[in-house]
Amino acid sequence: MTQDNHGKAYKFGMVIDLDKCTGCGSCMVACMSENNVPFKEDETNKKDSITWMKVFKLTNGKPFPDTDICYMPRPCMHCGGKGDHGHSPCVSVCPATATDYGYDTGIVSQIYTRCFGCRYCMGACPYHARYFNWWDPKWPDGMEEYLSPSVSPRMRGVVEKCSFCYHRYQAARDRAYHEERRDNIEEGEYQTACTQACPAGAITFGDLNNPEHEVSKLVKPDTHQCGKPRNPKAFRLLERLQTNPKVYYISEREWVRKAGDNYRDGEWEKSK
Amino acid sequence: MDSALIPKGAKRCPFPVFATGIAVVGAVLLWGVYAMGLCWLKGLNQTNMNDYYGFALWIWADLAVIAIGGGAFFTGLLKYVFGIDELKNIINLAVVIGFICYSSALLILAIDIGQPLRGWFIFWHANVHSMLTEVAFCLSLYFSVLTIEFIPLILENRQIDKVPFFHNLSHNMHSVMAVFAATGAFLSCFHQGSLGGVAGVLYGRPFAYREGLLVWPWTFFLFTWSAAAYGPCFTLTVTKLFEGITRKKLVKDNVVHILAKISGWMITTYIIAKIIDTIYWAFVTAPDMGFSLIDFYSNNSFYGIWILFAEIVLGGIVPAVILTVKKYRENNKLLLVAILLGVFGVCLNRWVMVLQVMAVPVMSFDTWALYVPSWQEIATTILPVAYGVILISLAYRYLPVFPQEQELYDAK
Repeated sequence: MTQDNHGKAYKFGMVIDLDKCTGCGSCMVACMSENNVPFKEDETNKKDSITWMKVFKLTNGKPFPDTDICYMPRPCMHCGGKGDHGHSPCVSVCPATATDYGYDTGIVSQIYTRCFGCRYCMGACPYHARYFNWWDPKWPDGMEEYLSPSVSPRMRGVVEKCSFCYHRYQAARDRAYHEERRDNIEEGEYQTACTQACPAGAITFGDLNNPEHEVSKLVKPDTHQCGKPRNPKAFRLLERLQTNPKVYYISEREWVRKAGDNYRDGEWEKSK
Repeated sequence: MDSALIPKGAKRCPFPVFATGIAVVGAVLLWGVYAMGLCWLKGLNQTNMNDYYGFALWIWADLAVIAIGGGAFFTGLLKYVFGIDELKNIINLAVVIGFICYSSALLILAIDIGQPLRGWFIFWHANVHSMLTEVAFCLSLYFSVLTIEFIPLILENRQIDKVPFFHNLSHNMHSVMAVFAATGAFLSCFHQGSLGGVAGVLYGRPFAYREGLLVWPWTFFLFTWSAAAYGPCFTLTVTKLFEGITRKKLVKDNVVHILAKISGWMITTYIIAKIIDTIYWAFVTAPDMGFSLIDFYSNNSFYGIWILFAEIVLGGIVPAVILTVKKYRENNKLLLVAILLGVFGVCLNRWVMVLQVMAVPVMSFDTWALYVPSWQEIATTILPVAYGVILISLAYRYLPVFPQEQELYDAK
């Protein structure tokens, strides 16, 4: 918590309705465009492609006609870490403080010019949300003109990841300061690119600390349990690891909610 | 040709033979240097690492050489702090091995990072919560201590020793070596431990995560203990290797047996702790995160339960039994089996705690991430081995690494 907003801390988070997601990939495209994410000439090998927002395809494993598919968009989870104290899996391990937890926003940042590329944070992240720049970023001739001036491109040899479009938060904050309402950023003033791009309206973004914001209404985070959703249809990925993500998923489908975590035989039935 | 540099009375192979051997290993070294240059100039895209598998083969090599180089700090501790005087006859070798292992580890780290020119950020922007920060500080400091421990041996070269200043410097350094040995042991406890902590703190990776004491996961203590336990096995392995190649007895049996005995008891206590840790992890820690033990060893083409068996039984219980029972450890063949299994065991442990950690899927819809290293990774992993062979060969040829060599030769 800082003095910047008169002691009031935001806790920005995202809710993704998996039953609405069609897997179209608009969120991925919008994210890459917004954040100057570099791409390779040949993107065949997805395991070294940089996708801050990645859409996973899940199936219920049943044969036709019972087959069911779920597309799961996965940005950085901006974990609060154990006890929600800001010791995210990646933040606590970075040896050079190149990734940090913003106690005023709940956003996990990445300082590209300080990262020296040890990739320990990547090993620590169970969501594969962190990406390494294996190559120098290169864009086709003329495309440099279309890069966003608000986001610095990253160099070879450093790690990058979703920032919840932090530059948009900075712009909203600047506007609020200019209009002398420094601690009051309206819900619509700060929205991520993926949220706005989703044609199905599956992604909702806002302040989890603000009960008026849609994200809070959707998942009803329990502050006494580090933000665990009270909505029974909502869940967080790998809740049992106590990483305390700020990205929530909603689904009416039980198998989808079960896929959000690991359960030994019989545990899921007991947990319901 | 170089006889003036060879320790007085010592028998060494003719210089052309030695030079040919060095040239052959030197070619391998150059191959590694070329691969290293590619990684530095073109980047880590020269490797087969990816965003799912961010730790390369050489990180295993890094942890393994640090573990087997643990003989340096532990033998130093036994000799200088606990006063086991017989070990003065093997301490030089332990120090040379330690120096090679730790300099190799630092070199590997310099290749591994994506922005090598920013390597110093780990000191400048240090995050005190990170185990890797602790590794960097303790590793660098301990390497300095090892260099100080290595210098007196270099000064004992026949020609250098003729210079009064160097002769006196060497003598005086020897007399204060206990301070450095104790400092080295202290630093080693922390860097070996923090290397264990690197994996143990990963609470997002149920295969690696361990509970612990205060800020240190149990792997912190297990890594320190295992390096002290298994490090001497490697010191003895290199001794036996030298004796085999030179066809000479270089260290008396009583020295070998005392180090083997201590190593045996250390392995025994370590493997008991390791078994307890494994049981607690398998039945408490991992289930709390939704995993059964078998989840970590199934549904893939390589990592089966055999690896746990190999690490604990073959690399732990078997050498522990051989080295603690007098009649077994005094049997040369069994001793050799035990120390080789010991080296294998600790290297396998480091493999599991680095490479298997990256391979095991965490999200329920994830798959195992197995990778095959590129030739550049293999070459840069072999590079420290070639460098080590050259340095230790030079040390053996020109420095009195084995103080009992002459006496044993005369008695033959």
